[in-house]
Amino acid sequence: MNIIESLSSYFSYTFVRYALIAGVLIALCAALLGVSLVLKRYSMIGDGLSHVAFGAIAVAAVCGTAPMTVALPVTIAAAILLLGLNSSTKIKGDAAIAMISVGTLALGYLLLNVFSTSSNVSGDVCTTLFGSTSILTLSKTDVILCLALTAVVILVFILFYNRIFAVTFDEAFACATGTNTKAYNTLIAVVTAVVIVLAMNLVGALLISALIIFPALSAMRLFKSFRSVIISSAIISVACAVAGIFIAILYGTPVGSTIVAADIVSFIFCFIAGKIAKKS
Amino acid sequence: MALINVSGVSLGYEGKAIVTDLNFSVGKGDYLCIVGENGSGKSTLMKTLLGQKSVVAGKIEFGDGLRQNEIGYLPQQTEVQKDFPASVKEIILSGCLNGCGIKPFYSKAQKKQAADIMKRLGITDLSDKCYRELSGGQQQRVLLARALCATKKLLILDEPVAGLDPVVTKNLYHLITEINKEGITVIMVSHDIHAAIEFASHILHIGNKPLFFGTKEDYKNSDGCHCFICDGGCDE
Repeated sequence: MNIIESLSSYFSYTFVRYALIAGVLIALCAALLGVSLVLKRYSMIGDGLSHVAFGAIAVAAVCGTAPMTVALPVTIAAAILLLGLNSSTKIKGDAAIAMISVGTLALGYLLLNVFSTSSNVSGDVCTTLFGSTSILTLSKTDVILCLALTAVVILVFILFYNRIFAVTFDEAFACATGTNTKAYNTLIAVVTAVVIVLAMNLVGALLISALIIFPALSAMRLFKSFRSVIISSAIISVACAVAGIFIAILYGTPVGSTIVAADIVSFIFCFIAGKIAKKS
Repeated sequence: MALINVSGVSLGYEGKAIVTDLNFSVGKGDYLCIVGENGSGKSTLMKTLLGQKSVVAGKIEFGDGLRQNEIGYLPQQTEVQKDFPASVKEIILSGCLNGCGIKPFYSKAQKKQAADIMKRLGITDLSDKCYRELSGGQQQRVLLARALCATKKLLILDEPVAGLDPVVTKNLYHLITEINKEGITVIMVSHDIHAAIEFASHILHIGNKPLFFGTKEDYKNSDGCHCFICDGGCDE
């Protein structure tokens, strides 16, 4: 009873409601995309892109512009670049990703340190990396932007669902039968970039990959068709985000890492359930 | 008019030709087997026929109303597919995608077509099974069904029996022959020269230069055949 009362008192604050709305939407997008990324072996691209987004936000902070306006185009450009590098043979994909992600992380921190006007640089950096409080400081515009971008991501996903499946399962066949695989790979990369920039508010740059990868992997332990994996991954992701936000509010833990912790717990649960289901 | 007409074609990477002056044609209802050693350009030729690579020189023409995206293709299995969570139905339906145009979803007619093809290949009862839990032979049947969804005219098969045991291999060859007899032209890339001689109607043997193209009867009497078979450790 006590918990419910204190929760409902928290919900009289708009910033808590905003946090919950944004959290659910971001978790939903991340899960939808995560299945495709994990299956295409692109998990590390997601990780690399989040570091690029960190670098971009550092640049925005130094220039004093709104973080989104810099981070969104820069991350999208990096996504297209990484995908191109992944298919070229000059620099192998994983090395290219490692190079870009570490490079932008270092440059971002360097910029923040040299040019920052804030008195608490390490606090700022920590917030950007682990998203400790930024989800609770969202403005109405942030939430509307989040809603709009989520709507676009979900619409793209539903409209291109069959094509995304074909490109994910077998690129060679899809290409041979006239599907423009390059265009759809680029589409997936661009949407990933959008989701990552969105998710920075929720869990911070370093923890985004968890949001993308864990629900997909959990769902894959239990379900056997692409559609059921996508749907259950979305449900798991949203449930973990809600649980994480509630726990974070009630016990004062950092939002991002609490959500990821919930994702880890759900993965362990699904892993065991999957093993049991296989035996019986 | 032949289904595919290849005249004076050179194939290769970055302008460097590995196969030169290739001439052959595939007629409606033919069963062409492309054989040759590793690195002889078999897969390059196949990729070119599928429109994924352009020719270095020469011309490939499609006849009989065949369009580039109407070729049913059975690729070799990839690493990604081994633990892919997808039902058989979802995979087979994805073969219908080239008939969708700009429509985002499959039509009722396409779903029926997929169901008919599953019935014909005897995999209807696998429909809701998970692809990664099937045996190798069942997986190839599923991929063959998907290829059939994509075409009514031409199938291109890339080493379809790689990694299968002898019994399953034989069944798959018979299935392909049956499909061919129903009027679908088959082009198969293969290492298996014996099966090629047994099942195909035409043989294309490529090496550094085109060694042989013709019917299998002619091929059996040619020098290239004897050479290749003996290399394979056979005393024919």
